[in-house]
Amino acid sequence: MAEALIQTTGLVKEYLVGEQTVAALCGVSVSIAEGEFVAVMGPSGSGKSTFMNLIGCLDSPTRGEYALAGEKVSALSGDALAAIRNKRIGFVFQQFNLLPRTSALDNVELPLLYGGVAAAERHARAKKRLEEVGLADRVDHHPAQLSGGQQQRVAIARALVNNPVLILADEPTGALDSRTSLEVMALLQKLNRGGMTVVIVTHEHDIAAFAQRNIHFRDGLVVQDHPVEKINDADAILAHAAASTAAA
Amino acid sequence: MDLLATLRIALRALRVNKLRSSLTMLGIIIGVGAVITMIAVGGGAQARVEEQIKSLGSNLMIVIPGSTTSGGVRMGSSSAQTLTEDDAAAITREVDEVQVAAPVTRGSGQIVAGNSNWSTVIYGTTPDYLEARDWPVVSGRGFEPQEVSGAGKVAIIGQSVSKQLFGDADPVDQQVRIRKVPFTIVGMLDKKGQSMMGTDQDDVILVPLATARNRLFGNPQGKLRRIHFMSIKVRDGHSMKDAENRIRELMRQRHKLQAGADDDFTIRNLTEILQAQEASSKVLSLLLAAVASVSLLVGGIGIMNIMLVSVTERTREIGLRMAVGARANDILKQFLVEAVTLSLIGGMLGIALGLGGSLAIGQFAGWRTSLSGASVVLAVGFAAAIGIFFGFYPARKASRLLPIEALRYE
Repeated sequence: MAEALIQTTGLVKEYLVGEQTVAALCGVSVSIAEGEFVAVMGPSGSGKSTFMNLIGCLDSPTRGEYALAGEKVSALSGDALAAIRNKRIGFVFQQFNLLPRTSALDNVELPLLYGGVAAAERHARAKKRLEEVGLADRVDHHPAQLSGGQQQRVAIARALVNNPVLILADEPTGALDSRTSLEVMALLQKLNRGGMTVVIVTHEHDIAAFAQRNIHFRDGLVVQDHPVEKINDADAILAHAAASTAAA
Repeated sequence: MDLLATLRIALRALRVNKLRSSLTMLGIIIGVGAVITMIAVGGGAQARVEEQIKSLGSNLMIVIPGSTTSGGVRMGSSSAQTLTEDDAAAITREVDEVQVAAPVTRGSGQIVAGNSNWSTVIYGTTPDYLEARDWPVVSGRGFEPQEVSGAGKVAIIGQSVSKQLFGDADPVDQQVRIRKVPFTIVGMLDKKGQSMMGTDQDDVILVPLATARNRLFGNPQGKLRRIHFMSIKVRDGHSMKDAENRIRELMRQRHKLQAGADDDFTIRNLTEILQAQEASSKVLSLLLAAVASVSLLVGGIGIMNIMLVSVTERTREIGLRMAVGARANDILKQFLVEAVTLSLIGGMLGIALGLGGSLAIGQFAGWRTSLSGASVVLAVGFAAAIGIFFGFYPARKASRLLPIEALRYE
């Protein structure tokens, strides 16, 4: 078996609340291989978000180790983590987190800007990614002029633009209706079929069913880690819905 | 990330809140405008004094006759006719500090050239007078020694007189009649402009001392070599005060004044008076600039205030930028550039306001203003420094946010 893309060993994260130390993660060891589509599940307070922040290099663990693509990142400095977030990881958020009053193209270019890519190449690459998510005709639109689904697709294009090894999506469908949720999941599944490793956090079982593997958190520990027996195919559901609408 | 991209982000952020950005800028605009205007006003006052010193001649003193007392009635200054040409010669000879002491006899008269005429002041003096006053001849020549000793009928003309008589034509070698006596103009003086009291110093014509006495004003009985005043130039690097004391001592001796008797002459140290004026105008302009700087400071605090609000408002944006790879330094730079852009644009507009303001003051109040490039550079530099100084704290606050906390901020 190939080396794991994400390898955590005894990951512990403690917060200081007042004078009390609260453990959000109490020793999590997880291994995710390249090309997997994983859904992280659990009730709020289970530690799933903390886990996401740690594997997304947004935060450093109190104890334990984390290696991303063989590189031990748990001990890196803030600037080094910023570089890893920039080059290796693409983020998708529940609230999209697009810059307001800024065109879709400029939003997608943002990671390239911090990566020091020249202007001409920035434009070309950002445009290409927007085309891939089906927004070729919306490059100059501001977030306020786009629907929720379109905004999330801009966010996905932004996540992809620096050719990351990992897409991390935190409740990517949480702010969308069921149909646009399906569209976004279809896009993520398509990316995964192309070889991209995708990790999503969700509390909805039907969204988790689009992944290949589900990891359940509770009280800072992994309580269940199992492959999904019957994987939903978002494209098929969309096609079926379209057919039934046409029939009716 | 390069500076140009940072600048673009800053400009976009400022455009988003146009009204707020303009109001914040207004503080800087008024501050810079006030500094420039006040420096211009102060500089104008200073330039005026400096010009007067320059037109007077440096290290200049004049000695005028004192007052006479006649039957207990004291007459005004210059009522005595106690100064002589020999006093001037003695001062030049015996007081080391004195470079030249030029005797001057003064009168007035009508000057006729062709069919135009003009009434002006006539000075009978020696070439030393021009040296004492730092007053060069710009066209033609000065008096020759034989013209001075032989009462030659030659004259050096002031520019205002020349203009009245000859228009723009060259007056040199022209014939004029001064109090009906024919003279040849041999030179024209440089332009001096207004004196301290506002009289036109160029409205004058100079003739040799002996000529004035023998041919123009006649010889008062028993006052053979009397003069109206003398202009004295003290050598560079010597104390005016020392020179004044030595001249007084010598004059008292020459005029045989008893100890305790009043001087029968007055020494005026003109340069010193003007230098005191200059010092006070310097203090004035410093004071004006200091007061104006306070408003610039207040503008800077306004920038800091708005930047702090902006950092709080855009916490999620900062979190997002960090999530996609912005380093702490990038965030610091972004907000710092924003603050500096705000203060620099404000500074530029402030320059315009300052220029307009000083022109308006010159126009409506009739005050002289003097704009210097240095004050403009200073004001803009000051504005930029204020942007950096007051922008740094908010920018650092932004750059120290933790990515997860910033992303979660509501």
